[in-house]
Amino acid sequence: MTDAKQLSLEDNFQAKVDAEIKIEPKDWMPEKYRKTLIRQISQHAHSEIVGMLPEGNWITRAPSLRRKLGLLAKVQDEAGHGLYLYSACETLGIERDTLLDQLHTGKAKYSSIFNYPTTTWADIGAIGWLVDGAAIMNQVPICRCSYGPYARAMVRVCKEESFHQRQGFEILLTLSKGTDEQRAMLQDAVNRWWWPSVMMFGPSDKDSPNTAQSMKWKIKRFTNDDLRQKFVDVCVGQAEILGVTLPDPDLKYNEETGHWDFGTINWDEFWQVVKGNGPCNRQRLNARKKAHEEGAWVREAAMAYAEKQEQCEVASVAKVA
Amino acid sequence: MSKKNWPLWEVFIRSKQGLNHKHVGSLHATNAEMAIENARDVYTRRKEGVSIWVVESVHISASNPDASDELFEPATDKVYRHPTFYDLPDEVKHM
Ligand SMILES: [Fe+2]
Ligand SMILES: [Fe+2]
Repeated sequence: MTDAKQLSLEDNFQAKVDAEIKIEPKDWMPEKYRKTLIRQISQHAHSEIVGMLPEGNWITRAPSLRRKLGLLAKVQDEAGHGLYLYSACETLGIERDTLLDQLHTGKAKYSSIFNYPTTTWADIGAIGWLVDGAAIMNQVPICRCSYGPYARAMVRVCKEESFHQRQGFEILLTLSKGTDEQRAMLQDAVNRWWWPSVMMFGPSDKDSPNTAQSMKWKIKRFTNDDLRQKFVDVCVGQAEILGVTLPDPDLKYNEETGHWDFGTINWDEFWQVVKGNGPCNRQRLNARKKAHEEGAWVREAAMAYAEKQEQCEVASVAKVA
Repeated sequence: MSKKNWPLWEVFIRSKQGLNHKHVGSLHATNAEMAIENARDVYTRRKEGVSIWVVESVHISASNPDASDELFEPATDKVYRHPTFYDLPDEVKHM
């Protein structure tokens, strides 16, 4: 392809994006747009799948049948989210087994939040409130992403997320009306989950060199810091309802900006966990690999069975003829 | 194992009686029966459907988006196919 032709294709593409016309799988797109989307969507899909592990830890120990039903349904939804996203990602020309390999070899990342342990029942409430809350903040703008299949998958995901957050908040609300011990458990969970949740929005804008391009391509609609600020602003009032203190002495309302100022994020911790040194990184990845390897015979047997069925059908049709 | 991935299926859901089936996404399954069962779990957990169609993705033929202009060109200059092309006095009601 000549440089001039390439340039006009790119101009054309950007003009469509600027006009809010969705890009569909077979449309021409810059190679870097495709790569960026594959990275982002697969990372998102992996997060949904790995995200089932910390919560799965409490399904058998949920304190009542009502709680168990809610948690089971939520975890099943997360599996669904992973599947919507994997199939959206595959429309970009990458195969499912390649995506899974990338997760299992550590080549692809997933959200660092899932590398923290769930040590008490209150953690399940805190995850619903804060982790799903932060995820919703991130995901709602992606419903308008320029890439059609990703945007449509996100619409589906967002419809389901609000139940996740509400079931978490209800768990915490119940604890807040309980005994001193239950209230202490609630505060302890919030203390541990607050900062990792604030970090979920990713590095601050000055350290995200790819943000500008993603905004230009309308993959992203808001910067990490903008979304983080929205999240903090929303959580302050909700924490009051729960009667918990957010573990940040610098949290203060700013009359001028109309936003809540907050303390400095521990970026060292953030990068440590991203690099694989969080409390549960190894455990999570091993659990995924084990499930994949131990399921191999099922995948093979199902395929062999389907092939045999097909042969039987062909044979019986031949007999009739 | 020759095939590492199970075949890919496109899923279409009729959200309620009287509406047409609409494409909702795709999934992997070894055969049509499994594709329908998986589609139920993946795409209709909240009664989003009353009927499911699945078709193996390899069987779908699609028009080429790069040739859309030529393909749809015949329809672009036929304004006389629309009701507003015809001039009628205001007194004519319900037409
Ligand atoms: Fe999710
Ligand atoms: Fe969720």
